[in-house]
Amino acid sequence: MKAELNEQALLKGLAQNDSKAVETLYKSHFSMIQHFVTNNNGSFDDARDIFQEAMITLYEKVQLEHFTLSCQIKTYLFSICKNLWLKRLQQMGKYSAPLSSQEETISVEEDLDQFEKKDAALAIMDRALNSLGEPCKSLLEGYYLNKKGMQELASQFGYTNADNAKNQKYKCLMRLKKLFFAQYNIGE
Amino acid sequence: MDDIQLQEAIERYLTGDMSVEERTQFEAIRKATPEIDQMVIEHAMFLREMDIYVNRKNFSKLNKQVFNQLLDAGTWAPEAAESTSSRVIQLWTKYKKVTAIAASVGGFIALFTSAMMLFFFPSINGNQILELSKAVEKIERNQKVQGHLLNEVKTKVPENAKLVSGGSGFLIDTKGFVITNAHVLKGEGAIVVNSLGQEFKATIVYSDKNSDLALLKIEDEDYKQAKALPFTIRKKSSDLGEDIFTLGFPRNDNDIVYGKGYLSAQTGFNGDSNTYQIQISANPGYSGAPVFNEKNELIGIMSSRQKLAEGVAFAIKSDKLFDLVETLEENELTKDLNVKLNKQKVKGSKNRKAQINNFKNYIYSVRAFN
Repeated sequence: MKAELNEQALLKGLAQNDSKAVETLYKSHFSMIQHFVTNNNGSFDDARDIFQEAMITLYEKVQLEHFTLSCQIKTYLFSICKNLWLKRLQQMGKYSAPLSSQEETISVEEDLDQFEKKDAALAIMDRALNSLGEPCKSLLEGYYLNKKGMQELASQFGYTNADNAKNQKYKCLMRLKKLFFAQYNIGE
Repeated sequence: MDDIQLQEAIERYLTGDMSVEERTQFEAIRKATPEIDQMVIEHAMFLREMDIYVNRKNFSKLNKQVFNQLLDAGTWAPEAAESTSSRVIQLWTKYKKVTAIAASVGGFIALFTSAMMLFFFPSINGNQILELSKAVEKIERNQKVQGHLLNEVKTKVPENAKLVSGGSGFLIDTKGFVITNAHVLKGEGAIVVNSLGQEFKATIVYSDKNSDLALLKIEDEDYKQAKALPFTIRKKSSDLGEDIFTLGFPRNDNDIVYGKGYLSAQTGFNGDSNTYQIQISANPGYSGAPVFNEKNELIGIMSSRQKLAEGVAFAIKSDKLFDLVETLEENELTKDLNVKLNKQKVKGSKNRKAQINNFKNYIYSVRAFN
């Protein structure tokens, strides 16, 4: 019962970007993945990469409104990592026999599909932002990514007042949206 | 209402920043004007994507930070894990005899199956060719060594970022456009380093895994636009047996390395018509390096080598660069870049030492980081 409560608290912390929670998850589960990957044709860096991806998948899952985890965190992370690693081995043409592990797993295909779909949209956003040029890129990143206020942005970018900065922000935003929707299929 | 005011109104409406009165007013307009309704829906979708984007970015940063802190604190030992290769060697010595007998029997079956595999799945080649990008650990180690030697030179790799892969690249347009292999760019960002060891910040403009080509743009105030390229980019295909040479950065000390060979086949691995087969000793790190002929023409871009055959490498044909530029021009996002390829014949010297001297300033070491 206590363990279950701890897991809930951990997931809540993760949802709120609490670095302590992230640290705990790494400390309790990364070794298992490291062991699994390095015993199945992978390196330490491979283990790092897939674990980081699994953490993002879990993070985005706990962000959902009606989020439930039907198993232990350990089982979830392991299932994601196993799936990801299998896919990567297949891409490299290395995969032959079933991967060796004694851990139990659950089906995570749906979550991974979600992750990949998001990934595609994010890549479009990234490209759109990067092709905006300056000062648009930094201005929009300042507003949306770093949540800075218009007043602060105005002084940072040398606009005479917040209203001018706001006008510039909306001009940039319109360009960004045009670039974004040029590649993003509505109702895909 | 002009465009900007309308955008502002829509965003304030969606983020709940409107007063009740304003909100009712706006909803009435929205109901009456389908165009505005459409814009609201579109903007809501955009903000949702932006939200996901922002969350993912911020969390990824935290994710990596925590990992790196724990790693530095010695929480895990990368080498501690049992290595598969050593186990394989142990097994091999133990069962050598048995395997030898089995192999002679199995040889025939294996040959037959692999022929079938090649016939049915020509794209499965993971084990037979090797990308030439540099391994991560090597660069990391090198970075540390350099850190000791050149403490006064600050690297342009952002703080907290980790180098993940590396290779070579070269200028195709003196405005700062650098071509490399897509598989070299495993990270989120990249810097390029010239043969003098000077670093420049670069952005990834385009990357296509299918052709394995990627385009970087140097965006750094320290970058001085070079004179016209000392080489032409060849559009026609090259002749079998042509003498070729390459210049790249396969070593970790950032010394430029020259390699010489010849064009050995018009097609690459498994008859791939996008690449040439060349005879050259190719080391990891040569990925993305230019391949020149004697006539000051760029004929290809190094990309991979065959794992088992020594000296056999593959280079992407230079006419693929023209395809790449065409793709850029067709795309809304990149059409303003105005990348121009040099098609003018370059008269320059045909003396190899002079050629190397002319070319080396246009060739870069590429380092990708996360």
